[in-house]
Amino acid sequence: MKIYATDREGKLHEIEGREGWTIMEMLRDAGLPVAAECGGACACATCQVYVEDGWYEKLNPPADMETDMLDMALAVQPNSRLSCQLVCSEELDGIKVTLAPE
Amino acid sequence: MSTPIETDVVIIGAGPAGLFAVFELGLLDLKAHLVDILDRPGGQCTELYPEKPIYDIPGLPTVTGQELVDRLLEQIKPFGATFHHGQMAAGLTKLPDGRWKLTTDTGTELLAPVIVIAAGAGSFVPKRPPVPGIEAFEGTSVHYAVRKMDSFAGKNILIAGGGDSALDWTLNLAPIAKSLTLVHHRDGFRAAAHSVNQMRELVAAGKVNFHVASVKGLHGEGGKLMAATLQGHDKKEWQIDADAFLPFFGLTIKLGPIAEFGIGLHENLIPVDTAKFESEQPGIFGIGDIITYPGKLKLILSGFHEAALMAQAAFHICRPGEKLRFQYTTSSSNLQKKLHVNE
Repeated sequence: MKIYATDREGKLHEIEGREGWTIMEMLRDAGLPVAAECGGACACATCQVYVEDGWYEKLNPPADMETDMLDMALAVQPNSRLSCQLVCSEELDGIKVTLAPE
Repeated sequence: MSTPIETDVVIIGAGPAGLFAVFELGLLDLKAHLVDILDRPGGQCTELYPEKPIYDIPGLPTVTGQELVDRLLEQIKPFGATFHHGQMAAGLTKLPDGRWKLTTDTGTELLAPVIVIAAGAGSFVPKRPPVPGIEAFEGTSVHYAVRKMDSFAGKNILIAGGGDSALDWTLNLAPIAKSLTLVHHRDGFRAAAHSVNQMRELVAAGKVNFHVASVKGLHGEGGKLMAATLQGHDKKEWQIDADAFLPFFGLTIKLGPIAEFGIGLHENLIPVDTAKFESEQPGIFGIGDIITYPGKLKLILSGFHEAALMAQAAFHICRPGEKLRFQYTTSSSNLQKKLHVNE
């Protein structure tokens, strides 16, 4: 599967997603500046992305834990998600995300 | 300025690695002082995931972040380490006698032959909202904590956030404010339900304005805030009067002044050797998530191992010429006495 990620400078990256891994891990492994301070434990909200172009509606809705963490994130939009809670799968092939500001 | 404190070892960071270092140093009769920017021990364990279970601590099949910290504090109690909380390690200089002087941002000075950096990913600092020009108002009109409530009396206050701090200060400041506006990205809150209910009552009574919106701009002069631009989800913008802006988005981690300590950072990590866990500066050690070496894993258990080896090396610096006798806590009555085992 492919992930299309726009970085904070507006540059688009095409990233190969590994089934079962999180989008946060894929972004980080691709060298994008995702802080992910807590290492993917849904405990810091520093891996926030905006899910673009209708992909937001195709995701499983956020668990309470993630909604709580997004309350502590900056610049949250209606299409904000924590990328450590999004797991790569064939259904998400082509998903478009934009890194939220630091 | 107060007299400098003299000790054997100064530990920067009171997370699990720093706390266990107190134990390993204590067994060798080395006294430690800890400096931490947070107001309580535990670092990320207590700040980021106090309620979340950890499953990979040897011997503890499941333990929450807070429980682990509580147990470490119990374990190191016999060694009477001194904690300097709410202070950030700000400067490090070498003294002519070979010791190091660590200065904190509140002016505390600590002198020791050994410094142990156990700072994890760095210092916890308040999250700064991405509002252009916000820096110019910080300290004068933008505050990340309320120190004196009185200073907000009669002001047009703008609060952002949806957690307990945002709600608590909305409730506390509303009665003394000229006006109070709360903004949050959704009409739902992670804060305690009774606080949310109280806030909604104040909104219904016209005493608090609540908007599902974000702060887009701050306007004023010379650090004095006068108005703020808010933006709703429909991208519509409007301005409100605001003399004070209190963003409550919790904390984030920044490396901070450690970057200036001259210890050869590599990608914000301290390279150390794996025999002593010493940096390129003799007497400055590193343990836990802040260090790097071939094969390094950022696990709490690795920090414990690193602390044990560091302590052995630190002993030789603090007690030059003395012979270090390696003993086991199970069999050494000497160590058991230090641990107050039979008291």
